[in-house]
Amino acid sequence: MSGYLLRGVSVLGEQKVDVLIDGGIISEVSKKPLAPTGVRTIDCDGLIAMPGLVDLHTHLREPGREDSETVESGSAAAALGGFVAIHAMANTNPVADTAGVVEQVYRLGREAGWCDVRPVGAVTVGLHGTQLAELAAMAHSAAHVRVFSDDGKCVADPILMRRALEYVKAFDGVIAQHAQEPRLTEDAQMNEGFVSSQLGLRGWPAVAEESIISRDVLLAEHVGSRLHVCHVSTAGSVEIVRWAKSRGVMVTAEVTPHHLLLTDELARSYDPRYKVNPPLRRDEDVQALRQGLADGTIDAVATDHAPHPLEDKECEWSSAAFGMIGLQSALSVVQTAMIETGLMTWSEVSDRMSTRPARIGSLRDHGRPIAVGEPAHVVLVDPRGKSVFTLEGNASKSRNSPFLGMELHGRIEATFLRGRATVLDGKLAG
Amino acid sequence: MKRHLLSASDLSYEDAILILDTAEELAKLVDGPVKKLPTLRGRTIVNLFYEDSTRTRISFEAAAKRLSADVINFTAKGSSVSKGESLKDTALTLQAMGADAVIVRHSASGAAHQLAASGWIAGSVINAGDGTHEHPSQALLDAFTMRRHLRDSKGDLAGVRVTIVGDVLHSRVARSNVLLLATLGAEVTLVAPPTLMPFGVEQWPCDISYDLDRVLPRTEALMMLRVQGERMNNAFFPSMREYSRGYGLDDKRASALSPEAIVMHPGPMNRGLEISAGAADGLRSVIVEQVANGVSVRMAILYLLLGGASIEEVSL
Ligand SMILES: [Zn+2]
Repeated sequence: MSGYLLRGVSVLGEQKVDVLIDGGIISEVSKKPLAPTGVRTIDCDGLIAMPGLVDLHTHLREPGREDSETVESGSAAAALGGFVAIHAMANTNPVADTAGVVEQVYRLGREAGWCDVRPVGAVTVGLHGTQLAELAAMAHSAAHVRVFSDDGKCVADPILMRRALEYVKAFDGVIAQHAQEPRLTEDAQMNEGFVSSQLGLRGWPAVAEESIISRDVLLAEHVGSRLHVCHVSTAGSVEIVRWAKSRGVMVTAEVTPHHLLLTDELARSYDPRYKVNPPLRRDEDVQALRQGLADGTIDAVATDHAPHPLEDKECEWSSAAFGMIGLQSALSVVQTAMIETGLMTWSEVSDRMSTRPARIGSLRDHGRPIAVGEPAHVVLVDPRGKSVFTLEGNASKSRNSPFLGMELHGRIEATFLRGRATVLDGKLAG
Repeated sequence: MKRHLLSASDLSYEDAILILDTAEELAKLVDGPVKKLPTLRGRTIVNLFYEDSTRTRISFEAAAKRLSADVINFTAKGSSVSKGESLKDTALTLQAMGADAVIVRHSASGAAHQLAASGWIAGSVINAGDGTHEHPSQALLDAFTMRRHLRDSKGDLAGVRVTIVGDVLHSRVARSNVLLLATLGAEVTLVAPPTLMPFGVEQWPCDISYDLDRVLPRTEALMMLRVQGERMNNAFFPSMREYSRGYGLDDKRASALSPEAIVMHPGPMNRGLEISAGAADGLRSVIVEQVANGVSVRMAILYLLLGGASIEEVSL
């Protein structure tokens, strides 16, 4: 049996249809029941079908920190979260700043086979922010890199940022900026505000993010280049991106699931699971980010899945590592923050988690609608009910989730990559 | 009262008054013929100090010994930052020793909270200063000192005008004092250059001012905070002299205080920087008294948290 019949599935929350997946593509979509032979039928009563999800921002830690994540374990977690393509960030060891390293990551992704792993290339050599990496070599390698980022670090030097924006035009690349003014955030621990003032933790001010985004949208406008802003986290950042888009600047932006749901109040526990960069912000920021995602100012939800070993989180807050895992909770968090609140429809969620991220990453094969002849990248979601999030079934090698113990809506039933099930009944399909 | 003392905000009004009243009683007892009370005999108290602070450690140690507890001093070198032993491993060691209370001093804000919340230790955790967060026993001894001088050792501090001057941004003493003094009804004004005020301070339960000279005449208790010279390297202020001119307590400023006002400092002092020798040793200064009061207040904290035998019982 090679194909699947999705019986009575609601595509993006619309009227029920039968969807036939065969030969790696969607071969039929019908309002009348289909009766093909030699395929496995999945009863989809109550389930929603969406185009497979695309993540623009994943940290896989291989090469270098295979104790916290490998390409294999991270991409398995991605599949369980409904993803069919992920962008592996460049801050590995060695850094993904050469054709050799990006090809290695790309190859490991192919071998694992859980989803398409698209390496992100570093903008500067070693992420040091001083010299451009060989961007064209990475673009023309087997890994076909189109997204470049020094994520974890900001390309703070304005002339280097300008040159990078210009240079990648030659191969339709995009610079994904981690917007963090370094001097304004030295030793910063959490959002700068009332809570940080009480906790005595060094503040990470909103202006450190907003000043870089302001500069970068003006640079992108000046040189006519594409800019992507990673993990916007403040109300002010949403305003700036909205303004830039209204001027016609080619800027796109992403928000993480955790910034859509959690606030800096959680830092009061001093539990380093809530330590992340950019930091959790105020409730006003969460509301503005939701609004920005709903009205399309923010183009994409990206996980910033950042695995860390236990010892890097089981210590003093100020010594703990920044970051949270998030691939397997992403869609449930988005459903909880955006669907259950009535801010977005499933069709809009699909736009922000599949269509637009695929476009930003220049993935022609992804983010396609569920229609006859399209590649069969499909995720089946059961949106009914909510449950306490646990680490049961966690495929990541790390456990640093901020959502443990929280009630979230929905669950992933199945994921199909080119017509092959990577996940069935909520479990990896080997 | 809660099992741990991590923040001044852990204390209700009743808790705070109870600690102050208990400290008065204990002070009277040990000032008398009985130098040592048997209330915590057989209990183990650990001083876990990740940061050098001889004065705080000695104060807690004296308090514990006057209550007949066994005291273990554990000076941990470094933290996980400097790749020393982790907080967790140290805590598990102390648990194995059967510590009834752990008094912790740490350079990381929140370290005491983590110790208390982790489940690594069964005993009470007392925060003896964590990073730039809090130092609740210091706030209690400051309140005790103010109450003695301004309220005849009774009740709360309703309406007492307290001015706290200096590096509020990096001060755990200021954070704990603002919280406790609000609980006790005092009217607190923080004075510092704007660069040394925390972002978000407008939401604290106190007033703020950048002008020490305007606040001085109506101040009843003046608390000078230690300021570190290195701060000027990060552009918090241009020079030590400029800081002293604006925010130091020199002899002239001290004379602008009302005769009944008291001058306090948590120590150690930088004489000539935030406070002149004349002001530190002058008639209004209660700085030496603060040290003695520290022992009484810490006895009260240990006594109440560890639930020792009643005072009446032991004083017989
Ligand atoms: Zn980042």
